[in-house]
Amino acid sequence: MSAPRRGFARIFSFFRKPQLDADLEAEIASHIEFAIAENIQRGLTPLEARRQALIRFGAVDTAKFKQREARGLMRLDILLQDLKYTFRTLSRDRAFTIVAVLILALGIGANIAVFSVVNTILLRPLPFPDAHQLVWIAPPPQKCGLSCATYSTDAYDEFRMYTRSFQDVTGYFAFSSPGNLKLDRGGAPIPATSIDVIANFFQVLGVQPAMGRAFTADDGRNGAPPVILLSDPWWRRQFNADPDIIGKTFDINGQQTTVIGVLPASFDFGAVFSPGAKVDAITPLNLYGPPRDWGNIITFIGRLKPGVTLAQARDDARLAAPHMCWNNKYPQSCGDYAKDGVVPVALKDYVSGKLRRSLVVLWSAVAGILLIACVNLSNLLLARSASRSKEFAMRSALGASRFRVVRQLLTESLILSAMGAILGLGLADVLISWLAHQGAIALPLLSTLHIDGSALGWTVLIAVFAAIFFGMVPGLRMATGNLLESLKDSAGGIAGQGRKHEPLRAFLVVTEVALACVLLVGAGLLLRSFVKVLDIDLGFQPEHAAAVKVEYDDSAPTNLASIQKRTAIFQQVLARIGSIPGIEAVGISDYLPLGQNRAWGTPFPKGVERPKKLDTGPLVYVITPRFLHAMGTRLSGRDFDWNDGPKNESVVIISKAYAHYIAGYAKWPDGNAIGQLLTNGNGGDLRVIGIADDVHEETTEGEAGWQIYYPATQAGPSGAQLVIRTSLPPAAMATSVLTALRELNPKQPAAEFRPIQTLVEHANSPRRFFMMLVGSFATLGLLLAALGIYGVISYSVTQRTQEIGIRMALGATMAQVQSSVIVQTMRLAVIGIVVGAVASLLVSSAIAALLFDTAPNDPLTFAAMAVLLGIVALLAGYIPARRASRINPMVALRNN
Amino acid sequence: MGESKLDLLQGTLDLMVLQTLAAMGVQHGYGIARRIEQASGDEVLLNQGTIYASLVRLQQRGWIAAEWGTSDNNRKAKFYSITRSGRKQLEKDAAYWQRLSDVMGRVLSMSPEGKL
Repeated sequence: MSAPRRGFARIFSFFRKPQLDADLEAEIASHIEFAIAENIQRGLTPLEARRQALIRFGAVDTAKFKQREARGLMRLDILLQDLKYTFRTLSRDRAFTIVAVLILALGIGANIAVFSVVNTILLRPLPFPDAHQLVWIAPPPQKCGLSCATYSTDAYDEFRMYTRSFQDVTGYFAFSSPGNLKLDRGGAPIPATSIDVIANFFQVLGVQPAMGRAFTADDGRNGAPPVILLSDPWWRRQFNADPDIIGKTFDINGQQTTVIGVLPASFDFGAVFSPGAKVDAITPLNLYGPPRDWGNIITFIGRLKPGVTLAQARDDARLAAPHMCWNNKYPQSCGDYAKDGVVPVALKDYVSGKLRRSLVVLWSAVAGILLIACVNLSNLLLARSASRSKEFAMRSALGASRFRVVRQLLTESLILSAMGAILGLGLADVLISWLAHQGAIALPLLSTLHIDGSALGWTVLIAVFAAIFFGMVPGLRMATGNLLESLKDSAGGIAGQGRKHEPLRAFLVVTEVALACVLLVGAGLLLRSFVKVLDIDLGFQPEHAAAVKVEYDDSAPTNLASIQKRTAIFQQVLARIGSIPGIEAVGISDYLPLGQNRAWGTPFPKGVERPKKLDTGPLVYVITPRFLHAMGTRLSGRDFDWNDGPKNESVVIISKAYAHYIAGYAKWPDGNAIGQLLTNGNGGDLRVIGIADDVHEETTEGEAGWQIYYPATQAGPSGAQLVIRTSLPPAAMATSVLTALRELNPKQPAAEFRPIQTLVEHANSPRRFFMMLVGSFATLGLLLAALGIYGVISYSVTQRTQEIGIRMALGATMAQVQSSVIVQTMRLAVIGIVVGAVASLLVSSAIAALLFDTAPNDPLTFAAMAVLLGIVALLAGYIPARRASRINPMVALRNN
Repeated sequence: MGESKLDLLQGTLDLMVLQTLAAMGVQHGYGIARRIEQASGDEVLLNQGTIYASLVRLQQRGWIAAEWGTSDNNRKAKFYSITRSGRKQLEKDAAYWQRLSDVMGRVLSMSPEGKL
């Protein structure tokens, strides 16, 4: 048809504009010549012939315009014109352009970065196929962390058997400690971390190895040859990305282990299940071997059948719970799980649900930044438009419609915004790649952070929003201005226009100050919370202490022989390390606070009837004498000593809160647990010999849980963490301690020497992360607000130069002029602060849940932020005030 | 300015141009404009320049073709000719106009006596 043909022709013509224009020009010229020739033939004089020809032709420019309109794409032509014009004006006004683009880049960049974080952690599905089907199955969160979120292998089998909503259920061993692998390739063994998973783990998650195969059921059977799956980073780092690694065997933990596959780079176990941890390899868990008697060790992860809802799965799980046994050998343990509940929740919620609130706050904070940036820019544009009012009046007078003028202004805003967005994207990219490599921040999925399509879409969206937002106010102002007035106003034109805008500009500055105030108060509250968190008595003293994982071999035919062997090794290690100069105390524990944990039942006062429903028992630490001292945990009663051997009475130390709990049931004289006997149901009696301070073993800011300490000379530890306390900076001891360990045991791997402080910092890292981000946004907001104040005051001083000159000539002193400008500044600032403080009161109650031991209306924070804003405003106003007071009346008056 | 009025005029002019080319054969812009003026008995006072928008429109639709050439008195000019699809279009449009003007004629010639 002819219509599409014409459409193509028009697009085509658009690009051949110069040639077609020349063509038309020539055609019109020949037209006129024909007409002239004919007219001359009719007997007119050449002059009259030409005149008549031109009259009959009509307006040449209109004809050309109409032809062009019919021929090409007029709208695009106008757009190009506007663009060309915009670039010309912007490059003329370079300082303005740079400032505007920078402000926008900061605002937009912060937004892109935070959007990417929010998108990665909150919005995007987990990096698994059909991730919405995946559920985490556990009792509702309790104070005992993973210990209470795990089940026994028997319970796993029964859960699978009695539920129908799941395609399959899998799980992993929740208590692997970092550095649990020793790769021996000659030389010092290399420590690495692996997680044991149930053989169907990768099938349930839907992850295919990049090379080789995933586990099969046979890999998890008794007597199966040891196999391992490598993570992509470990394969690259440790095995130089060997493409032929499948099938090769390595000495891992003394066993020849075959590499059966390499996981894809997109799979990061730590990023999803254990934020901030580095997992190098995955190994199969033998469900029917020794783990059978280890109690609650497996987390459950299920994949729902298609079409099954979470509610249905919950009902299903609730009905299955009574069939689940802690251990089939003890029928009385069946149904225990039902009392806490076995509840599937979306895996995504488990992974990132806790962070929702923080992320929303973060998102709001950057939105605030963008608003401040936009208001700031509105203000700048308004100042600019005042000085451009004549230009626009001239254009209107020459026939430009108001719409055309506003369109021109919006084009300018869009161009500025686009430049800001491009620069902002660069800034965001830098920030994001930095964040993605902060392995120490315990936030899930952080390592998968990158700018993706939706982030780019978001960028476009906020850039356009910003452009319209900040371009609209000056645009409308300009379009409604009085044309005649602007044209008449010659020298005073700038001042006249500026005056008219002053209330609007003052309003914008007040808005900016108020927004900055809200941000500052929010950041201040978070900062105060963070300081409070740092101040918590953790029950141990992280400063001047460090831990290192120690390898030992206590394998022996009998349990007794094993304990003796272990005792000898530990005594030797502790004596050797204790003799290093600078070491104040040294001890060994199998677990450290803020790391993994476990519970071994609920030891209860002997002879007292157990209540039907007991809380889950205290977390267990198997320690050597002096460990508590090395950790800095206070103790009343006595510490373990080496004489608490396997043949002596079994002894324990319990934490204060647990002692208090059981004392509530026992009728001990004076309620003191020390010296009393506890019993654990089926085991022997335990004599309480000491009471230790409560330790924050799960989170720094949560409630301290319950602990129980067993001596390593009586109970079996699962590994050994050597803890030293030193008078020197802990890092300074690393070499001497590791050398000494190597001398004692050549198989000691080059383990990580971890100051205890880093454990605390790791636990605090999410809070620190949010606080730092909100804090830096608040600082940015403060700077932008200061810039806004400075801009307005400085501009008004420039306008009032003459007036100030007159006042000074009439006898006003420098101090009077200065103070009048400062009073003007402070009036704006105080209004902004008051409005902001009221808004902050509303906002801060929304973030109350994120605060720690800080009231949302904390007067100190509010006061401090108000003072800070006031001082910054004062500084921003002082510079123009100073300039005003230096005005030379003679020069000012002459200068018109 | 009313869009519909402009459209009608445009349509009319386009049809006139097509008919001129069909009747007179190859013509340059000035020639077409003069022919239309003459054929209408100089009743249409045409701004000759407006013909060029019409020409480019018809050309883009493929109804006329254009070529630079030399006139009898040795002047360079762009010559237009009607194409095959242009003739078809002319037939259609002419029939339409014929019908429309017949209807208009009948309607406008209604006499008061005709009212029953």
